[in-house]
Amino acid sequence: MTLANPADRGSASSSSGLAATLRHAKYVISENPVTGLAFGMFLVLIVAAAIGPYIVPYDPLASDTKAALQAPSWAHWFGTDQLGRDMFSRVIVATRLDMGIAIFSVALVFAAGGIAGIAAGFFGGWTDRIVGRISDTIMAFPLFVLAMGIVAALGNTVTNIVIATAIINFPLYVRVARAEAAIRRQSGFIQAARLTGNSEWRILLTQILPNILPIMMVQMSLTMGYAILNAAGLSFIGLGVRPPTPEWGIMVAEGSAFIVSGEWWIALFPGLALMFAVFCFNLLGDGLRDIVDPQRRT
Amino acid sequence: MHGVIDMTQATTPTPAEEARGPLLEVHHLTVEFATRKGIVTAVKQVDLTVRKGETLGIVGESGSGKSVTSYTLMRILDRAGRIAEGTITFSGIDVANATERTMRDLRGREISMIFQNPRAALNPIRKVGDQIGDVLLHHLQAEPRNVKAKVIEILEQVRIARPQERYHAYPFELSGGMCQRIVIALALACQPQLLIADEPTTGLDVTTQKAVMDLVTELTRARGMSTILITHDLGLAATYCDTVVVMEKGKVVETAPAEQIFRAPQHPYTQKLVRATPRPGIALSDLLPEVAVVPSPLPEGERSAPLAAGEGAQASSQMPAPPHPDPLPRGERGLPGAPLLKVENLLKEYPRQGVPMGFFAGLMGKKAPPEEAIFRAVDGLSFEVNKGESVGLVGESGCGKSTTSTIVMRLIDATSGKITFDGMDIGAIPAKEFAHHPMRRRIQMVFQDPTDSLNPRYTAARAIADPLLRMGEQFGIRGAAQMRAKVEELATMAGLPLDLLDRFPHQLSGGQKARVGIARAIALKPDLVILDEPTAALDVSVQAVVLNLLEELKQTLGMSYLFVSHDLHVVRLLCDRVIVMRQGKMVEEGTSEQVLEAPKAAYTRELIAAIPHPPV
Amino acid sequence: MLKLIASRIATAIPSLIGVVIVTFMLTRVLPGDAAAYFAGPAATPQAIAEIRTKLGLDKPLPVQFVDYVTALSKGDLGSSLSTGQPVATEIASRLPASAELTLSGLILALAIAIPFGIMAAVKQGTWVDHACRVITTAGVSLPVFFTGLLLVYVFYFKLGWAPAPLGRLDVFFTAPPTVTGFYLIDSLIAGDLETFRSAAAQLAIPTVTLAIFALAPIARITRASMLSVLSSEFVRTARAAGLTPYKVIMVYAFRNAMLPVITTLGMVFSFLLGANVLVEKVFAWPGIGSYAVEALISSDYAPVQGFVLAMAILYIILNLVIDLAYGVIDPRARSEA
Repeated sequence: MTLANPADRGSASSSSGLAATLRHAKYVISENPVTGLAFGMFLVLIVAAAIGPYIVPYDPLASDTKAALQAPSWAHWFGTDQLGRDMFSRVIVATRLDMGIAIFSVALVFAAGGIAGIAAGFFGGWTDRIVGRISDTIMAFPLFVLAMGIVAALGNTVTNIVIATAIINFPLYVRVARAEAAIRRQSGFIQAARLTGNSEWRILLTQILPNILPIMMVQMSLTMGYAILNAAGLSFIGLGVRPPTPEWGIMVAEGSAFIVSGEWWIALFPGLALMFAVFCFNLLGDGLRDIVDPQRRT
Repeated sequence: MHGVIDMTQATTPTPAEEARGPLLEVHHLTVEFATRKGIVTAVKQVDLTVRKGETLGIVGESGSGKSVTSYTLMRILDRAGRIAEGTITFSGIDVANATERTMRDLRGREISMIFQNPRAALNPIRKVGDQIGDVLLHHLQAEPRNVKAKVIEILEQVRIARPQERYHAYPFELSGGMCQRIVIALALACQPQLLIADEPTTGLDVTTQKAVMDLVTELTRARGMSTILITHDLGLAATYCDTVVVMEKGKVVETAPAEQIFRAPQHPYTQKLVRATPRPGIALSDLLPEVAVVPSPLPEGERSAPLAAGEGAQASSQMPAPPHPDPLPRGERGLPGAPLLKVENLLKEYPRQGVPMGFFAGLMGKKAPPEEAIFRAVDGLSFEVNKGESVGLVGESGCGKSTTSTIVMRLIDATSGKITFDGMDIGAIPAKEFAHHPMRRRIQMVFQDPTDSLNPRYTAARAIADPLLRMGEQFGIRGAAQMRAKVEELATMAGLPLDLLDRFPHQLSGGQKARVGIARAIALKPDLVILDEPTAALDVSVQAVVLNLLEELKQTLGMSYLFVSHDLHVVRLLCDRVIVMRQGKMVEEGTSEQVLEAPKAAYTRELIAAIPHPPV
Repeated sequence: MLKLIASRIATAIPSLIGVVIVTFMLTRVLPGDAAAYFAGPAATPQAIAEIRTKLGLDKPLPVQFVDYVTALSKGDLGSSLSTGQPVATEIASRLPASAELTLSGLILALAIAIPFGIMAAVKQGTWVDHACRVITTAGVSLPVFFTGLLLVYVFYFKLGWAPAPLGRLDVFFTAPPTVTGFYLIDSLIAGDLETFRSAAAQLAIPTVTLAIFALAPIARITRASMLSVLSSEFVRTARAAGLTPYKVIMVYAFRNAMLPVITTLGMVFSFLLGANVLVEKVFAWPGIGSYAVEALISSDYAPVQGFVLAMAILYIILNLVIDLAYGVIDPRARSEA
């Protein structure tokens, strides 16, 4: 590799960094098959979310009272619910909505919390105090309870579920980004960058950010699972998504009435789908952490 | 290994010493670690003998296996490590095969250990008195009713003032030196026969080091104990030990009486180590192995250092002429040019809370009286650095030398005082604005920790190019090819092999990272470079190479250095003048020779006396 | 110690102020007509206007805030639309049910997770360790309401070991005379073993549900912090001094390892109080969580707001207790005060 011109030097060096990371990723997956499994699960989720609605055997909203409350069979792999809707189709179709809520909320908080945290850690002073105060106030609530309050106040919509989920995750992102930025603030390479005429913002963007990004990615994966659980919990208690929209949380809620009479499949399959998704992101997060920072392995 | 026992006997001829039998005998010891990459042999076929009352030094650079050896003697290796071969016999006990129960009785009771980083070696949330008490009670040296009295007695023996009070102190309330005394008390509590001291003074100030080492020597002598001192510092080992064992890459390369090791080192590695150890009466170039030794024993990658005369000349021939119109007097020590940097009445105050609590609490007892709310890190300091001159700023930790250099660097603002650089009052420019000031490029810095000072996501080439990209207009670099050429030129000057330029910091050795840092510092052709303990994190042989590189670059480029260090010997090698600091104030100033050979201030004398004086 | 308590209370005050401001904002400042919320979905425009005047929502915001805080200081959280009862009274009467459930869940989780985490760290690489890793990763992936339903299906429907998931007591029993509000304790005080048995049977499955949920993070952090303490230098010193493994692990390593665990408990409480709401819904548990859920469904806003505030205050108090516990163990935290 030759040193490129000033404009694309950053990308040149990061591309060789990327190649090294990929090599390392390959090594980690071969060392730890569980991470490979997590990537596989992730792929399944992506496919279900992308093309699920086009491949399912039944219309997830079509009720068929004659076929109500049927146990799993060849015709209905996951059985049918009290209105005779095909549970398999509903579970698959719900993937897109559940993943969508989680991805949007995580992207939102990644941007807001990440930037706020890095700025707080790097600049310190008033920025730090304000960001810290906001995050402390959020942390003063039990998070799920706060999410309930926010959705109740803002209105019972899916968008507000996304916003509430992002808000309760905000302090987690701030904490990670702030800590990572703060330890680097006084490090030698930042001092060295100051000596060579880099402005503070340039240092933040070109020196601090690239070093923090991988750790933030791990955080993102770990909070994806939490975001899915949180959104499903809200819809379980009747917030956000409304019937008959297929969504895992609300489907478990609908099935809960039938558990005591033995129709286990209505609640079981959406619940398993939830577990599958959350488990996938948790494994993925652990695996990514190994790739990014082998020392933090627990 | 050849004649360990013979050599020891040959040099300890007094009948009294001959009568002493061996306390510890290690024969063909090999230790392996199971790692992800397979078996790694950390210690290979090591033979050691420690006689009763003898002090044995094990010396080696990082990775030499010296610490692993000591942990093996105590059988406290972590899970992954195991003794693959060899025997360890301590007072007739087969340590390698002893039961865990036997070992527990040996540890602390017969063999005990003191560690590097004393604060971390103590349980942070248990009173130090109780920690010593635990050991006494366990080895039945005391009973619950009299344990406190015993502990206080031991605290008195290690010279802890007001032991009654300190019994109840937690480690965080004590200074580093005091913590090390507690660790020594813990180790000596049960009057063991053998003390293993693993880098006991690394990280401590030189005067504290002397106090700790003198204490250990005195206490072990009085008890007739044997000691193994493990250190990277050949000078320290030669000063305090009877016999010195030199280890390299897990092997013992030489065993010799302390007096001989400096005078007549046998093995090439020992010779290199001896040469590289800064000591009185030598010149900078004496640190390096003689040029004739072509298969250089330098660590990997250090080999291509263009320090041989030919390469150095080549590097300078590539250089454009120094930016100064008047060529500076080169190599003529102490010959002052025109003043480049002038610091007058520099003062830097911090609010008192910024001071580490434990330090003051330790000094003044648990309840430190609330003094003035202001702490003066730098207290009315004035000095000058002339063009082409190297000035050393020396002192122990907390003396204000780093604060001074950071202010001169214009990274922080002084409370008051004037800093004039080349006739311009740069102290008047706030640190925040100085980043964009044209003067910025003329003052650069080499940092203490080469690892920490490189962005882990930048290649060596990118790191060196950074200053050129930001402030290198003067060089008129256009396009990638020219930039690459410039970076290669700088790398060559700093002795960094060009094939390493596209590596990331974690793929480089410590010495190579130091070279990247130096290449970056000289990229803008600065007039003044501040060296902040640039070799403190490096092994002594690498330090020797880096110091010579710095000297050569200074000659070639006509720069001035402000060298911040705690090590007077190192400073003397590189600097024309030395400033000794204590508590933010200047204690003494003079040429290096004056200060080292005829110190005027009592503190300087104390400092010099504290440096280990190996028998030469 | 008094100094520590005072300083910790002082740090809790800004959180308390923040909580009050946020709960105020949630109803009055955010977009949307607060009066319409309070009036409920079926209210006429006149009714809304009436409520607006009655609640003082036509006044300027700062005045409203002062009114809000004044009412709060008198313990007035407003009244529920559906029941007409004051929210504060309802919450106070339902709190013991929630507290009994949450605490028993937490105690069970701690009793299992801490020894488990320690075992996993001490016997690193053995089956205990692997089991710990699998269980902790799986545990955090379980939606708590789903675990609850599975347990109901297995232990109530299939095995018939557990009673129907319908509240704190079987319908044939009456609640013991209130002393603490905890049925387990009150029934013992009353000497009524039958009621105690029934209360315990009702409590068992919801407690296990919560415990499974809280177990994973506690075991995970216990294992991690124990591992890091065991490899620390002072443990090496203790070993080099010949202390027994028991003494090294319990006196030197364990107390230090508990510090991060205690810190994590704050987070665990946050999760638990949220999970409590879901578990109460699954088991028809008459606590404040199900009260809030019922109110949410009927768009009855005052109880929800009161619930959020009550939970936040409870959580602040719990964090205060955690901080104090930390101070008791760690002398460094004491000296900072």
